[in-house]
Amino acid sequence: MTLLDTVLRFLLGGAIVSAFAIAGELFTPKTFAGIFGAAPSVALATLSMAYVSQGGAFVAEEARGMILGAVAFVAYATVSMLAVRRPGTRVWLDAIASWLLWLAVAFSLFGLWRRWA
Amino acid sequence: MPGANLDGLMKAAWWEHGVRFLFGGAVTVATGAITSHYGPSVGGLFLAFPAILPASITLLKRHDGRSEAAQATAGARLGATALIAFAAVVAYLASRASAALTLTVASATWLSAALVLWWLIYGRDSRSLRRRRSR
Repeated sequence: MTLLDTVLRFLLGGAIVSAFAIAGELFTPKTFAGIFGAAPSVALATLSMAYVSQGGAFVAEEARGMILGAVAFVAYATVSMLAVRRPGTRVWLDAIASWLLWLAVAFSLFGLWRRWA
Repeated sequence: MPGANLDGLMKAAWWEHGVRFLFGGAVTVATGAITSHYGPSVGGLFLAFPAILPASITLLKRHDGRSEAAQATAGARLGATALIAFAAVVAYLASRASAALTLTVASATWLSAALVLWWLIYGRDSRSLRRRRSR
């Protein structure tokens, strides 16, 4: 990655993530607003730049990996939801600990995909 | 029914918006670095990494309480399920269509899938609540 590429990536990613975060604060009820907490913000920034620099076939390969990452995100959100509902837990600690679950699910699925693909 | 409330924007302090911008930018740069180093398949996994959600939930719990934070996480689960559809559309269209068309169709698919899921799970509740109130 060149310095220009890194700066563009940073600005684009920051802007899209912020836009979806604002959308999340704007809407009610919270079950609806929460949808924007899992918006494809980083994906839109990254894939639009990959299209320009690497082409469509590269983007398709990234998107196939993203399908597995998204399945892991569903598992992450489910566990986070159950943890946040429990009284007395530290929300930020539970949410970050659930990252380990995301990594485990995502890389397990990736291993299975690599074995059978 | 979903609605918009401009007061929600005033709850977050200016520095919280700044932190989100910095964090979003940093995660996007990190994802690009992972892709450069490990290739598009591993990099693709991290396009659906829940990087921003922990900060959002933590801020929401501070501003609105635990119950609201739990509801937002339940909504995020629907958004994450719709991300699978987003990625599948990009995987199919990327080699066949332009960047603008692919990302527009994929984003529209994500939003539509999330809205349908929300309506199926929570929309019925709000309709029956309205019916009960009108009686």
